[in-house]
Amino acid sequence: MEKILQVKDLELSFHTYGGEVKAIRGVNFDLYKGETLAIVGESGSGKSVTTKSIMRLLPEESAEFKNGEILFGGRDLTKLSDKEMQKIRGKDISMIFQDPMTSLNPTMPVGRQITEPILKHQNINKDEAKKLAIDLLRLVGMPKPELRMKQYPHQFSGGQRQRIVIAIALACNPQILIADEPTTALDVTIQAQILELMKDLQKKIDTSIIFITHDLGVVANVADRVAVMYGGKIVEIGTVDEIFYNPQHPYTWGLLSSMPSMDAEDAKLYAIPGTPPDLLNPPKGDAFALRSEYAMKIDMEQPPPFFKVSDTHMAATWLLHPEAPAVEPPEMVIERMKKFPGSRYYEGSAN
Amino acid sequence: MARYIGKRLIYMFITLALIATFTFFLMKILPGSPIASADKLSPEQRAVVEARYGLDQPLPVQYFDYMFGLLKGDLGISINQFKGANVTDVILSRMGPSAQIGFQGMLLGTVLGILFGMVAALRQNTWVDYGSTIVAIIGISIPSFVFASMLQYWFGLKWDLFPVALWKDGFMSSVLPSIALAMFPLATAARFIRTEMIEVLGSDYITLAKAKGASGSEIAFKHAFRNALIPLITVLGPMAVSILTGSLVVEQIFAIPGIGEQFVKSIMVNDFSIIMGTTIFFSVFLIVVILIVDILYGVIDPRIRLSGGKN
Amino acid sequence: MTQNYEKLPQDAFTRIPRDTQEAEKISKPSVSFWQDAWRSLKKNKGAIISLILFGLILIMSFVGPMISPYEPNDQTITHANLPPKMPIIENLGIMDGVGTLGGREVDLYEMKNVEQNYWFGTDGLGRDMFSRVWKGTQVSLFIAFVAAAIDMLIGVIYGGISGYFGGRIDDVMQRIVEILTGIPNLVVVILFILIMDPGILAIIIALTITGWTGMSRVVRGQVLKYKSQEFVLAARTLGASDSRIIWKHLMPNVLGVIIINTMFTIPGAIFFEAFLSFIGLGLQAPDASLGTLINDGYKLIQYQPHILLFPAVVLSLIMIAFNLIGDGLRDALDPKMKD
Repeated sequence: MEKILQVKDLELSFHTYGGEVKAIRGVNFDLYKGETLAIVGESGSGKSVTTKSIMRLLPEESAEFKNGEILFGGRDLTKLSDKEMQKIRGKDISMIFQDPMTSLNPTMPVGRQITEPILKHQNINKDEAKKLAIDLLRLVGMPKPELRMKQYPHQFSGGQRQRIVIAIALACNPQILIADEPTTALDVTIQAQILELMKDLQKKIDTSIIFITHDLGVVANVADRVAVMYGGKIVEIGTVDEIFYNPQHPYTWGLLSSMPSMDAEDAKLYAIPGTPPDLLNPPKGDAFALRSEYAMKIDMEQPPPFFKVSDTHMAATWLLHPEAPAVEPPEMVIERMKKFPGSRYYEGSAN
Repeated sequence: MARYIGKRLIYMFITLALIATFTFFLMKILPGSPIASADKLSPEQRAVVEARYGLDQPLPVQYFDYMFGLLKGDLGISINQFKGANVTDVILSRMGPSAQIGFQGMLLGTVLGILFGMVAALRQNTWVDYGSTIVAIIGISIPSFVFASMLQYWFGLKWDLFPVALWKDGFMSSVLPSIALAMFPLATAARFIRTEMIEVLGSDYITLAKAKGASGSEIAFKHAFRNALIPLITVLGPMAVSILTGSLVVEQIFAIPGIGEQFVKSIMVNDFSIIMGTTIFFSVFLIVVILIVDILYGVIDPRIRLSGGKN
Repeated sequence: MTQNYEKLPQDAFTRIPRDTQEAEKISKPSVSFWQDAWRSLKKNKGAIISLILFGLILIMSFVGPMISPYEPNDQTITHANLPPKMPIIENLGIMDGVGTLGGREVDLYEMKNVEQNYWFGTDGLGRDMFSRVWKGTQVSLFIAFVAAAIDMLIGVIYGGISGYFGGRIDDVMQRIVEILTGIPNLVVVILFILIMDPGILAIIIALTITGWTGMSRVVRGQVLKYKSQEFVLAARTLGASDSRIIWKHLMPNVLGVIIINTMFTIPGAIFFEAFLSFIGLGLQAPDASLGTLINDGYKLIQYQPHILLFPAVVLSLIMIAFNLIGDGLRDALDPKMKD
């Protein structure tokens, strides 16, 4: 498969009054053509910052690339000038944001907001751009698109606005679409519609999607691969099945255990104790060690390297070191692992 | 929207009627006679003068005469200063210079203020920003009469760049007073636009515009500017008030034959009908300005325009 | 990503128990709202310098007339119109007693045989400007503080009642305020000054007669906002009385905007007092406020600019200081508040 984007050893810091916040501390991943990669993690794990740094949307005054590169189309995005980035943003890589209520300009008709990137990046005139915008609105399922072009954002519902934002993002058939929690601010029923729409559109225009979310239910629904982020690092990455049915990192275990499930008889939800690490003074070893009941001495001293679980699956935890003692994952995780061929708890035929 | 304007108009009339009534009775209980040389006149002479101005009528009759006159735009007759001249005519004849310096001051102030505020917001935390912030603080803090005296002393007396006072050199005479009046609107607009711009520039739709590939100037002008500018309409009211208040002292300082100078003079010589007339004129002016500003806000902001007026 | 493991120490893989205390530890110490506000105010250089500056001016307004050997209203005709002269500073070429007389620069103190120094010079009646400026500052500040305090008192009570009780009471009270705020402030102040005997009292009454409406609006808005929030509902459910809700739950939340608003009322009142004095409606001679001093000075601007200079500078400094303190407080107490 063709790698469309490569993020290598990315390190990024914010300079704040309190000091240097190391928001991303060495992130590596590849994005393949046509796939959907979900990045999951709690608030402050660095998932949004990672994608915003791909788009170079972070404030130039305070955000600084410390190391690493972001390769796209043979170029390192971290080294491009703002002028060069403008040609990529909205054309090759575009983005959908979390809150559709605030991501549209309140005093500009939506038609103009959709034609803006078209006119900017494609060599066509206003009438053609308008036609294209109407087609896009129809594509995202907006009834009577001709009439709605002249309307202002406040005349649309939240779900409709997110459809408009998606139309804007897809206006130039981007190669990569970054969706930063696109359904978090929406009602559950609307969420499903928007997800359905995104899956549909992905097939139509063959784009790769980076999908940021903290909702594992959504991940199971849309993603091909999943990267789990914690404390500014990816701690585990693999295919959706691998992450859901053969997780290796204690943090992933915690995440899965805290996910409400329909068939669980015991209605009590698990919560990961403690708070995320302070990235102003990041911990020396494994950032999750303080909150993990599987912590070992080495976790406090040395950050774990990635251990390969399969060709597609890697996890950064000392538990995978051959000398590490075997531990029992939480009950719920074992239940899941029983269904996964290749996991040590596999009990035969899964569905 | 129509209902909203209707309601506002009714309020406006109640307010104006109250002001007129209030002013009328205040003038009646004011110590001293409206006739300047009353003490020197014999009772007979006095009666003649009083009859001429309708002052011999019972109070309610005087009141209703006055109120009906107001409806027709008649503000009564000046007794002392202009010997029987119609107050409305006196005010209208002095409107020109006041309107000119007021308008020029407002225009200069808002345009420069918007510019200062924009630049400050786009170059946040640079010397441009600090400079414009200092100008804004000074503009809001230093009273117009102190500022006007300073302008007059340096630009008029010391350096002889502009006429020191009087209304004899056309536009040149209006320059210093206009600048003096412009300070407050300038400072208000600069502060306001800076805050609004910074807030707008931090909003999600600006990030989305950036994600579309828009350039810095496209973001500043196509997206941020309009959204920052609309709320400025809300401070146009206070700005107009400051221009009017300022005009009283600025016209005095530069000896401009305008309404403000006239008003201060009439206070000094107890010309009750001019005081009343000007008070009512000022009130009408300010109330109408505020009404227009509110309606304008509804017309310009699509969010209010289409939801049919704010409540 | 390496798969060749380096040799790790023997005990590297010993399990350590999870220290829940440690995990739940909140790394930042908790600070109260007011501590936090004070912290961010301290970071605001403009506000802190202004606070010190205003403190100095306030002290001088009391100490100034005392340390000057001259009474503010004492007239020494032979010492009239002297320019400022201050020891030490005179060596810098300013405030050295030199003034223009008939187009020539001369040391007027020598010419008139004046032994003493008048730090801020004298006015046309030979009164010491130094003691007059500080006395005037005292009067102006007094007027402004009293007016602001009355505005605050009436505004808070009126707005509080209107917002807290709501319904018909609120309707009626708001209609009254709407009409009152429709009347231009300037007009009301001038009319009231006209019918009352000029003086400090007249100015204070004129300033407060409609001045409180601004405060009442803000307080009403805040009370309306907070009274429907869950913590107030919770207190009510638990049987808290009206007065307990008002004092224990609403007041602490509304206090911030009351303070901010008052900080902006004070310079407003100082301005209006000076304004009225400037157009001749302020204090009557020989009493002085900054406004009357500026008015007196303005008349002599061409020949004796120092008479205008000192009161104008003090007035401007007070105004700037209060605006900066107000800005600082607003940022510290309520970063989201805009009006």
